[in-house]
Amino acid sequence: MILWWIGNLVLVAVVLPVVVYLLRGVLHAATSIVPSVQGIAAAAAAGSKDLDAVALLLTTQDQVQKTVAGVANYGGSLDVILDDAQ
Amino acid sequence: MTPVLAVAAAGVVTIVAVALIVAVLVFYLVSVIVQLRKITTGLNETIASVSEIVQKSAPVNDVVTTINQQLDAGVDLLEGLLVKKAGMTDAVGLVDGLYAGAGAAGFRNFPESASVKAPRIGEVYTRGTLTLARLGREAPIAAGNPAGPALRDVERGSLAARLLYPEVRQSRPESLARSPVIGTDAPEQYEQRDDIGKPRKRLPAAR
Repeated sequence: MILWWIGNLVLVAVVLPVVVYLLRGVLHAATSIVPSVQGIAAAAAAGSKDLDAVALLLTTQDQVQKTVAGVANYGGSLDVILDDAQ
Repeated sequence: MTPVLAVAAAGVVTIVAVALIVAVLVFYLVSVIVQLRKITTGLNETIASVSEIVQKSAPVNDVVTTINQQLDAGVDLLEGLLVKKAGMTDAVGLVDGLYAGAGAAGFRNFPESASVKAPRIGEVYTRGTLTLARLGREAPIAAGNPAGPALRDVERGSLAARLLYPEVRQSRPESLARSPVIGTDAPEQYEQRDDIGKPRKRLPAAR
C-alpha cells in the first residue's frame, strides 16, 4: 500500500511535470515554424509575381534581333561608303 | 482507515493522476497538430509558388543566351567596322573620348588594342571635323577636357564651324579688300592701252 502511494506521488510530482515540459517544448517548436513558413510562402508568391514580366523577354529577343540586323545593314553600307583606314 | 478504503483512495488518486496526464497529452498534442496543419498549408502554398517560379523561369536561360549571342554579333560587327575604317589607334581614341577610360580595356576581338595608347580626342576629332568642313557641313567641334567625353554644341555648331576659315572674314569683314569697280562710271578710270587690236610685239630672238 505504501508503495502504491509512493507510485502515485511519483506520477503526479515527476511524470506529469516531465510530460508537460516535453510537450510544451514540442508545441513551442511547432509554433515557431509557422511564421517562417508563412514568410517563405509570401516571398515565393512575390517572386512568382515578379517573374510575370519574363514573357516580355521574347519581345526583347525579337527587338534585339531586328536591331542587330539593322545595325548589320547600316554597317554594310558604311563599309561601302567610307574608305578603310590607311 | 480500513484497508478497503485505503486501497480505494489510492486507486482513485492513481486514476485521477493518469487522467490528468492524458488530458495534458491531449491538449498539447492537439495544439501541435493544429500548428502542423498550418505548416502544411504554408508549405503547400510555397510549393505552388515555387512551381510557378520554375515554370516561368524555364525559358529565361535560352532567351537570354540568344540575346547575348545576337548582341555579341553586333559588338563584333561594330568593333570590326570601327577598327577597319578608323584604324586601331583612332578607334581606341574615339572610344576613349566617348567613354572616358574605356580605351584602356581595349576591344574584345582585338586583344592588342588594350596596349594602344589612346590619342587625345581632339586629334581624332580634327580629322572628322575637317572632313565635314570639306563637305560643307556644320562640323561638331570637340571641346572641353580631352579626358572627358566629346562635347557637341548643337546650337552653336555653325559658329564653331566658321572658326575653321580665316579669321578676318569672321570678325572683321569690313577689313577685307574691296572688289574693284569697273566700267565707264568707275571712280577710277585707267588709260586705254594703245596696243589692243594690234599685232603682238615680238621679243628679240634669243641667241
